[in-house]
Amino acid sequence: MSAAVLARGVRRTFAGREVLRGLDVELADGDFVALLGRSGSGKSTFLRALAGLDRGVEGELLVPSRRSVVFQDARLLPWASVLDNVVLGLRRRDALAQGRAALAEVGLAGHEDDWPKTLSGGEAQRAALARALVREPQLLLLDEPFGALDALTRIRMHALVQQLCGRYHPAVLLVTHDVDEALLLADRVLVLSDGVISLDAPVDVPSPRLRADRQFIHLRSRLLAELGVDETAEGAHDPLVVRA
Amino acid sequence: MTLLDARVVEHHDLERLPTRAVADTTVRRRQFPRGLERLAGVVLLFAIWELAARVGWLSPKVLAGPSTVLTAGVDMVRDGTLGTALWASVQRVFWGLGLGIPIGAALALVAGLSRTGDDMIDANVQMLRFVPIIGLQPLLILWIGIGETAKISLIVLGVAFPVYVNTYAAIRSLDPGHLQLADVVGLGRWSRIRRVILPGALPGFLVGVRMATAVAWLLLVFAEQINARSGLGYLMIRAQTFFQSDVIVVCLVVYAVLGLLSDGLVRLLERTLLRWQPGR
Ligand SMILES: Nc1ncnc2c1ncn2[C@@H]1O[C@H](COP(=O)(O)OP(=O)(O)OP(=O)(O)O)[C@@H](O)[C@H]1O
Ligand SMILES: [Mg+2]
Repeated sequence: MSAAVLARGVRRTFAGREVLRGLDVELADGDFVALLGRSGSGKSTFLRALAGLDRGVEGELLVPSRRSVVFQDARLLPWASVLDNVVLGLRRRDALAQGRAALAEVGLAGHEDDWPKTLSGGEAQRAALARALVREPQLLLLDEPFGALDALTRIRMHALVQQLCGRYHPAVLLVTHDVDEALLLADRVLVLSDGVISLDAPVDVPSPRLRADRQFIHLRSRLLAELGVDETAEGAHDPLVVRA
Repeated sequence: MTLLDARVVEHHDLERLPTRAVADTTVRRRQFPRGLERLAGVVLLFAIWELAARVGWLSPKVLAGPSTVLTAGVDMVRDGTLGTALWASVQRVFWGLGLGIPIGAALALVAGLSRTGDDMIDANVQMLRFVPIIGLQPLLILWIGIGETAKISLIVLGVAFPVYVNTYAAIRSLDPGHLQLADVVGLGRWSRIRRVILPGALPGFLVGVRMATAVAWLLLVFAEQINARSGLGYLMIRAQTFFQSDVIVVCLVVYAVLGLLSDGLVRLLERTLLRWQPGR
């Protein structure tokens, strides 16, 4: 299996503060990897580096040319219709038809001609997902794309992303705060702390994945410990609400 | 029917938020529309003005009454003086805006899009911006005389600055996230300008255009009062020498109407071009 991402010794410093200090990450084609980490640990910074958006990063980075990013915010151009946003920069002849299809897939059929500012937060995020999908990327970079979605839409989006990945087999790097989300979707989880990958574990949970599964619970505890969350403490589950 | 019991409201110290009243057709008081009410003040002012002129408190040399002004206006329309003057003035403003807006916008684009352009243009423009445009008039006359070109040049200069400053600021303050997105989806240089930078800078550009139209009329009056053989400013200066206050007031009214019209035109432009902004 060939590699989709090769990152070696990735460093990033902001005003004298080292956010990434020699990160090594490898993704194979079709890998679905979740990247966990506390807020401010540098997850988005690493993702920006992989997207080719950060010229200030040091180290070695090899990525495929067809990349798509879904940012933490939907980042739609307010002056272009939803459909125009989805097909932005797409040079295929059937781009518009593809865009419509992608919008239908994320449940936004009928919103093609809307202005982005009239969409709800969840709808905007789904449009951003459609924009990423329509490019059939070899590498899909997702920066907490489900953070703003309601529980039901979130489940639908999980299914959608899985279905899509099954069809196009992109390598996926999913940045998330949510341990359960990582364990439900990913084949592998990485934990970023203190600027390096402090944990790299496969998710050996048989599918369909269930939260009640023994291996699921075990891995969950391990990840929470790595993230420094005391599971037994009162309220420890609050930021990691079981969403489904 | 009471929806919220008064006791409950008192007890919890709640605040009642203003909501739309349920349409109650039975006890509807007849009211004048607010616009008509406001007009009452204006009508009163005109009535007092007219009275003062009739009784003789106001000499026609100082200020003619409304009815005299109206007659003068009608006469000026009839004999064509107003039409000719108006046409001359409108043409000057038209050329001033027509040249000044593209010049300001083009300079802003070059400065906003390239580093060399920025170095070459912006520092200079920001410096010249503080020279009062009207103060340039003597220099312009030295360079190009007192003809049409001098008047139009003054307006062009006055128009180009606000357009430049606002467009440049808009380009500089574009959302970096949008520019990042342009990189992510692989927009080429031209698409990036056309799809992201120009539409993003459009609101700022339009603010500049609106300021520019106001400036254009202002400079027109000034230029036409210095040395002109035609135009509204010329009419006013001539009326001044003949103590025709009525003609002066007619010209002022026409100026006001023109300013209002051009501002309305720019607003219309904003409404159509910025449809995507919420609340339009
Ligand atoms: N452009 C920048 N300039 C200065 N500091 C930055 C910049 N971008 C990120 N940082 C800093 O780098 C650190 C990591 O930021 P990053 O956005 O990568 O965190 P994150 O792991 O994605 O957090 P979150 O989960 O809250 O999104 C933060 O402390 C942030 O302040
Ligand atoms: Mg982040």
